[in-house]
Amino acid sequence: MSAAPWTIAGIHAALQAKKISAREIASGFYAEIDRQNPVLNAYLTLSPERAYAQTARVDAAIARGDKLPPLAGVPVAIKDVISTSGIRTTCGSKILESYIPPYDATAVTRLENAGAVILGKTNCDEFAMGSSNENSAYGPVRNPVALDRVPGGSSGGSAAAVAAGLAVVALGTDTGGSIRQPAACCGIPGLMPTYGRVSRYGLIAFASSLDRIGPFAGNIADTAAVMAVIAGHDENDSTSAATSVPHYGVEIDGPIQGLRIGVPEEYFGEGIDSEVKEKVLAAIALMEKLGCRRIPLKMPHTEYAIATYYIIATAEASSNLARYDGVRYGLRVPGATLLDMYRKTRERGFGTEVKRRIMLGTYVLSSGYYDAYYLRAQKVRSLLAQDFSDAFQKVDAILAPTSPTPAFKLGEKTSDPLQMYLADIYTVTGSLAGIPGISVPCGKTKAQLPVGLQILGPHFSESRILQLARGFEKAGGFVI
Amino acid sequence: MTISREDVLRVAELAYLELTPGEAEMYRGQLDEILNYVGKLQQLDLTNVEPMTQMSFATGETDSPPPGSNQEAGTPLRNDIVRPCTVADAVLSQAPDAIKPFFRVPKVIER
Repeated sequence: MSAAPWTIAGIHAALQAKKISAREIASGFYAEIDRQNPVLNAYLTLSPERAYAQTARVDAAIARGDKLPPLAGVPVAIKDVISTSGIRTTCGSKILESYIPPYDATAVTRLENAGAVILGKTNCDEFAMGSSNENSAYGPVRNPVALDRVPGGSSGGSAAAVAAGLAVVALGTDTGGSIRQPAACCGIPGLMPTYGRVSRYGLIAFASSLDRIGPFAGNIADTAAVMAVIAGHDENDSTSAATSVPHYGVEIDGPIQGLRIGVPEEYFGEGIDSEVKEKVLAAIALMEKLGCRRIPLKMPHTEYAIATYYIIATAEASSNLARYDGVRYGLRVPGATLLDMYRKTRERGFGTEVKRRIMLGTYVLSSGYYDAYYLRAQKVRSLLAQDFSDAFQKVDAILAPTSPTPAFKLGEKTSDPLQMYLADIYTVTGSLAGIPGISVPCGKTKAQLPVGLQILGPHFSESRILQLARGFEKAGGFVI
Repeated sequence: MTISREDVLRVAELAYLELTPGEAEMYRGQLDEILNYVGKLQQLDLTNVEPMTQMSFATGETDSPPPGSNQEAGTPLRNDIVRPCTVADAVLSQAPDAIKPFFRVPKVIER
């Protein structure tokens, strides 16, 4: 795999021309994982048995001359908060160290039905809580672009796997930026779909009004190809939308000339790294050159987004994580009484950040504080969503930085939780509003660290933001 | 100071977490800093603002749907039909202590 990295189209063509078998492609990826994973720690669990059973099906279909499904033979990685039947799913937590789900998440089923080959499960912050992957109970992931730096989080393993050529595409999850920010840190595209666009059946919950599953890929065509497979209604997820799924693969090549792109001033203020700002502004200038119309925006509630997010997300987490009590699955630490068992199990099983968020969430929901924190945050969430609705009356999409800084050094922010939370300042807004957003690379800093451009659109506008991302990619924007 | 050591211990109790004295002090400081930060929401006048309690697509969205979409489709529920559940054995196999068809836990009721 020294030449150009595999793409979905490249794999499809090579398989059909019988230049290589699906099994050979998968074994090439496993060899590369063996070589790189001891350093990167991107994969927690490999699933070669399941992968080779799938490549046998694909290779048999090729031998018969069958029409190949869209992702035939494509090696994929799955974030370890997404259930895989028979394959250990840890959520990056000790409390689920030996948990084996009895069923597949719908997104996983759809990938496999489309011919994809699941290589294994990727590392992440514990229960997807973190912005650096340093909260994993199984050790941090290193950024393949700069080994002394974090890959971003929480989907750090999925982003690193794709960036390092250890998977062609990967699934991640985004609650407050956990797809977009690691995509930016590792220099690849990563898409957070509209809330309800991709089924969450089988996704182990962190914050249910925010959690979404979405793809990482090496390019926009591959991002669209994965979306075309995983998007769409699922009767097993009551929050999944019945909205029809467009032909993303075709629509991404639509014209972007004349589209109105909004640039909110609040995303370029205090705290942004000067090189990040410079690259994102250069990216916006390129979009103008491509015929987009730049419109300055004001989104006045942006400064309240982090506070709102960390109240709502932790409140929901404190409720969702109540299920880990040593009774039905995962770790049990024996205790003299039932309560004693609950406490000892949760004390030993959860890491520091998860406990911090459970306590914060419990506090903001507790009697006497509910109105001051949780109810207030839900009201501010309305205002933040309204900021976007107002903006989308004037513009077709919003362009902003994905993260205020490039990837930071391992250990740099671990002692200061609030500083870590502020890494999500430009991503939590879109999460709270339920809208889709993509991060695409827009060049590197002088220290060769990738910078991410974030493109946000109205609900169910994935085609449009992918179109903009594709236009930007074709014009060389990824390496400006 | 927004949150006291007693508050931290009370919250840990509510959340079924056991904290060492060192942890209690660490979390007190960190939660205090975070609560002071999120306290900025008190600056906003929220009179007549409705809380956003859930994501909803069937109604209430003010965005114009993109061309070709059928946003009015909403999030339909499946028909309420009893279907056999075939994963009970697999579920119990993941339990730390199970005697089919039960999960076993320490004694709850004293005689």
